[in-house]
Amino acid sequence: MLKRLRENKSAQGTLLALPTTIWMFILLILPLLLTLVISFGKRSPDGEVIFTFSLDNYIRLMGISSNCQNGQSWCFDSLYLQILVRSLMLAFNTTVIVITMAYPLAYFIARADPKRRNTFLFMVLIPLWTNFVIRVYAWMMLLRKEGAINLIIGTVAHWLGINFVPLELLYTPGAVLVGMVYEFLPFMILPIFTSLEKIETSLYEAAADLGASPFKTFLRVTLPLSMPGVVAGTILVFIPVMGTFIVSDILGGRQYILVGNLIQRQFLDARDPAFGSAASLILMVMTLVVTYFYTRKFGFGEEIVAA
Amino acid sequence: MNPHRRSLFILVATVLVYTFLYAPIVGLILYSFNSSRTNVTFEGFIPSFSGRVVMEGSLVKSSPCGPFHWYCDLAKNADVLEAAGNTLTIAFIATIVSTIIGTMAALALQRYEFKIKPFTQLSLYIPIVIPEIVMGIGILTLFSQFFGWFNGLLGLTGDARLSMGIVTVTISHIAFMVPFVTLVVQARLQGFDKAYEEAAMDLGANEWITFRRVTFPMILPGVLSGALLAFTLSLDDFVITFFTNGPGSTTLPIYVYGLLRRIITPQVNALSTVWILIVFLVVLLLQWLQSREAKPQH
Repeated sequence: MLKRLRENKSAQGTLLALPTTIWMFILLILPLLLTLVISFGKRSPDGEVIFTFSLDNYIRLMGISSNCQNGQSWCFDSLYLQILVRSLMLAFNTTVIVITMAYPLAYFIARADPKRRNTFLFMVLIPLWTNFVIRVYAWMMLLRKEGAINLIIGTVAHWLGINFVPLELLYTPGAVLVGMVYEFLPFMILPIFTSLEKIETSLYEAAADLGASPFKTFLRVTLPLSMPGVVAGTILVFIPVMGTFIVSDILGGRQYILVGNLIQRQFLDARDPAFGSAASLILMVMTLVVTYFYTRKFGFGEEIVAA
Repeated sequence: MNPHRRSLFILVATVLVYTFLYAPIVGLILYSFNSSRTNVTFEGFIPSFSGRVVMEGSLVKSSPCGPFHWYCDLAKNADVLEAAGNTLTIAFIATIVSTIIGTMAALALQRYEFKIKPFTQLSLYIPIVIPEIVMGIGILTLFSQFFGWFNGLLGLTGDARLSMGIVTVTISHIAFMVPFVTLVVQARLQGFDKAYEEAAMDLGANEWITFRRVTFPMILPGVLSGALLAFTLSLDDFVITFFTNGPGSTTLPIYVYGLLRRIITPQVNALSTVWILIVFLVVLLLQWLQSREAKPQH
């Protein structure tokens, strides 16, 4: 038996990979399949799942409501569609802002003196590894009515002799956007840096020798060669923003609902796991579709590993 | 744009982005020394040391720990200590398991061809491309369905019932940590010169001795940085823990999240500061390991 195993390379590989494969099957594949099955189910009055095959949850998500006020059998309720669109827009805006903030910084670090480069990178890693919840809390403190931002604006206004009423910054869509940008900025800086660092300096010299202006060099050499980093960063930012619920929960208030909040509430407050599962699958399909078309257009860089 | 103006633009942007990254953290740390219990505005540092805590309204006038009053307060908070204990226990066990099975999987994927290989690769790739909440609620559903069925089958009631707790959190953590361990170890194996192993075999070592004396020492830095990454991911995790914890298995991120919905004293800031300090040290260690790994080894 042992001797046969020693000679059978394929069996050795299977044996080595088996614990991980079983673990991932039970805790990833099986849960996803279960989510799919339950999404076709119904909610029982006491919040349990009734296993059937009905498309009701998906129909409800698409805006066809059966709870109509004027006695009609169905009517259009855009609530859930609005939530989906809001999440998509927020993920898109966050990604765009994060790219514009991360690129100059990544460029600066990549061009910095190699001796100092690690220190600058280290300075990106500290906020990255500071706990997600703590970072939301930090913004909660800054954005409060009595927080630092209002304090600074108030002081400046006071100097200028302008009457200043503290702004309501917390519990607004803007607060959620700032929070998301803050949470995911480091995930964009690292991959862009990795791809910028790989560019050979001789390419810049060649472009300059051929008479390209620095701006043109940037546009024709640097930017295209750093695209794999931008693509990887986008995947690392877009996907989690789509599913995050803490930022909107803490900084957006009860009224500001994203897909993540919708799903979480179905499981913990509303007790409708079937509907929550359907929403979760829609979320997964949305992110997979966006990621698929995006990576097909721009290619898939190995930079994703670097982060 | 001339080069000088361009580099000025980069420099200004860099300073602004670093300020954006650090201003919230600095504010957080500053408020951990706040003398105001309500923590709404910063009322200055706690001015003096004394035998016992002296309060004046909501202001702490003096404390046995002086300006570090909230840190001492934190050390006495049983809930925080319990949450910290849970967080470390979960991270420790999950790291050991995920490092072992993740390293095995990395070896298999890098060195062998076998039937289930595409499936293994797919299952390690999925957690990276789906939002964490999807995995979280999937696992929650799995456990609750399984527990419901199992408890019903054995007719368990009350405390005897299986329910969410430290075990479910740990099992779930391993599932999202393994892909990262495998990724890091695989990257290490890719730059691995097989000649060393062949030399050992030529000199008469069998596979096990070759692995123990040659392969393992060479991939050890990769395994260690994979383990450290996994450990930090576990300490840091909110989403998966949120959906898989139960009574008595509160971790620090869950505890802090719970506090944010109630009255926030500077104690939360003190907790955050200690945490950031630990993160600082761990990242330092990680960088040191990676710089060691980057050097050629003979």
